[in-house]
Amino acid sequence: MGDAGDGLVMECRDLHKAFGDIVAVDGVGFTISDGETYGLLGPNGAGKTTSISMICGLLEADAGEVFVDGERMTTRSVEPKRAVGYVPQDIAIYPDLTARENLTFFGRLYGMGGDGLKSRVSEVLELIGLAERADDKADDFSGGMKRRLNIGIGLLHKPHLLVLDEPTVGVDPQSRNAILESVERLSIEGMGVLYTTHYMEEAERLCDRVGIIDSGKIVAEGTRRELVDLIGSQDRVRVVASGDLKSAAEAVDGLPSVVEVGEREGGLDLIVGGAASNLTEILQKTTGAGAVVTSVDVDEPDLESVFLHLTGRARRD
Amino acid sequence: MRAAFLIARKDLRQRLRDRSALVYGIIAPLGLAILFSFIFGPLDDAAFEAEYVIVDEDGGQISEAFGEALGGLEDDGIAVIRTVESVEVAREQVETGSDAFAGDDVASADAAFVIPEGFSEAVLAGEAAEMTIIGAAGSELSAQVAYSVAQGFSSELAAVDVAVRTVLPDAMAAIAQEGGTASGVSPGAEGAPGAVTPEMLAALLAQEAASTVNPITVEDVSASTKQLDSTTYLSAGMAVFFLFFTVAFGVSGLLEERRLGTMQRLLAAPVSRSSIIVGKALTSFALGILSMTVLVVASTLLIGAEWGNPLGVALLVVAAVVAAMGILAVVAAVAKNQEQASNFQAIIALVLAFLGGTFFAIAQVGGFMATLGLFTPHAWFLRGLGDLQGGELADILPSVGALLAFGLVTGGIAWFFLQRSVGRTR
Ligand SMILES: Nc1ncnc2c1ncn2[C@@H]1O[C@H](COP(=O)(O)OP(=O)(O)OP(=O)(O)O)[C@@H](O)[C@H]1O
Ligand SMILES: [Mg+2]
Repeated sequence: MGDAGDGLVMECRDLHKAFGDIVAVDGVGFTISDGETYGLLGPNGAGKTTSISMICGLLEADAGEVFVDGERMTTRSVEPKRAVGYVPQDIAIYPDLTARENLTFFGRLYGMGGDGLKSRVSEVLELIGLAERADDKADDFSGGMKRRLNIGIGLLHKPHLLVLDEPTVGVDPQSRNAILESVERLSIEGMGVLYTTHYMEEAERLCDRVGIIDSGKIVAEGTRRELVDLIGSQDRVRVVASGDLKSAAEAVDGLPSVVEVGEREGGLDLIVGGAASNLTEILQKTTGAGAVVTSVDVDEPDLESVFLHLTGRARRD
Repeated sequence: MRAAFLIARKDLRQRLRDRSALVYGIIAPLGLAILFSFIFGPLDDAAFEAEYVIVDEDGGQISEAFGEALGGLEDDGIAVIRTVESVEVAREQVETGSDAFAGDDVASADAAFVIPEGFSEAVLAGEAAEMTIIGAAGSELSAQVAYSVAQGFSSELAAVDVAVRTVLPDAMAAIAQEGGTASGVSPGAEGAPGAVTPEMLAALLAQEAASTVNPITVEDVSASTKQLDSTTYLSAGMAVFFLFFTVAFGVSGLLEERRLGTMQRLLAAPVSRSSIIVGKALTSFALGILSMTVLVVASTLLIGAEWGNPLGVALLVVAAVVAAMGILAVVAAVAKNQEQASNFQAIIALVLAFLGGTFFAIAQVGGFMATLGLFTPHAWFLRGLGDLQGGELADILPSVGALLAFGLVTGGIAWFFLQRSVGRTR
């Protein structure tokens, strides 16, 4: 594997990384094809950023290999890094430089220059909606504008693989939409995308395939359809309630029809086998345990239910 | 290496924009040098007035003539001349003169001329004679003037000596007979018997070509002939002190990238790790050279500092920048974060500057402190500049060598640690 021409822009195998006693990544492996958008979903501390750091050649893997465009990627690689655009989870820009200067500097680092760079910078400024603020210092930008600049730097040099680590945290809905649209467009143009997020809607909308990572391991992988099929004819029940939610969660957990229970702010998230016939029972248990139910939603299973099912945790935004 | 230049260019733009490098690199050192030169040093020659004492143990013709020559300085308002009875008193006054904290009511002098017994006789006999100057360390300029006055006088005597022996045997005899007062006796026509007056000496000097024989050696006990004047010393001291802060901005750039998160981007870019380090080194070098150059030029133009041979100054500046880079890079390589690094760097800059004599000439204290000073680039830089004054270019090579050695040894250590720490992103 790892040969050029097999349509894979990235392949990683059996990645391991430990920080002292903490095993951050424990055997992660997956592939991304040209033009494919791959979502890495996982709760906090699951090992998403650590995996991405090894894929981008920032962090030495304890074991395992990464290939980008068929070339081995290590921390010392230079050529394979040209093919990757990296958008760090935390905003990484120079506050003393303007948006244009930030973009231009990184463009040059990737070997761009001249008029090509100039016009590409203008293009990206347009894309991230900062054309009018192009010559303002990044320090003066709002959080969302900085985020957009953060993303713009990553895609400036038209990488084969764009790696975005939770790029939309703290971005308002319009900007988020604009970002998602541009990622979709880039993907259509043939760019491979590796996308981590906490927002299931984003993953559902963007990703051709999703890997669910927990405690450093990929616990499930597939298209949305494949993942949803994993939990079969189960439904997702959202109970909006107040009161003693903890006891309520314990009470319903005992029911045979309830596959998974997650407690969240203002209610419970349940995975239930055949919600229609078991709903009364669930509500009885909930109110019996001291919770006051205000509403109930029954949904077809979606990524969120898969996530909940596999990690046993409701995601935290 | 293209990447290193790109990084350095970006850094310089950042540094010039946030102005802190400007403050540390140029405004603070220049401001302080100007301020201190107003407080401690002469700004121009008009403000210059030295206090000299004479110890005349000789009491002869020549010593008297010398006294009158000095009197000329007094008339010009350049110096105040007093006569004291003994070498001990003279030494004491000169020592007081070099003590900045001595009160005004204590008699003090900037330098003393000691004319030993038998001086005139020796000179007139054409034998070697020796005059001693006791210089005060705190007022190098005054000591310098004293030195040149004595030297000027001695070369006049050299001519006179030849003149006396070749054209004026009568005058010589007359001097030997009279053996005393010269005042009140105006010199008659050329060759007339009488006392030797400065005017006569000058006239004789004009008659005869200068002799190559120099009957007088001027011994300078303060060893301060190769010293910087106080304005230059202040300027150089401030410049090298603040150099350590300016260069710190460059080397700490690595830690700043880490703090900003941009280190991740540099590491993800198609750029070798070494070129990231080299880029930061280039930034430091450029900042150091830039600030030193501005300071040398500005202190020369604004407060009349005299740095000396430009090539020598350039060599010393480059070597000092290299030394500062190495030392500060070690700190940047081992520090946990930018804040810790700047704290350590500030402490190191202060301690080295103190030991190296940038605040006051600690080498003059002598002993242990002076020895400690040899472990600082600051002392070597100042010493090199001192050696450049009136010396040959080659005289500064030990200082340049010492500075480069500092830089290379610490730079090597820093490179070793940086290879490992550059990949850290948090
Ligand atoms: N440099 C480091 N030193 C020590 N521990 C680390 C380091 N980087 C990550 N870890 C640990 O490794 C684990 C995985 O962290 P990672 O950042 O990969 O998680 P994540 O999935 O990106 O989480 P989040 O969604 O919160 O960003 C965590 O327990 C984290 O504390
Ligand atoms: Mg993360």
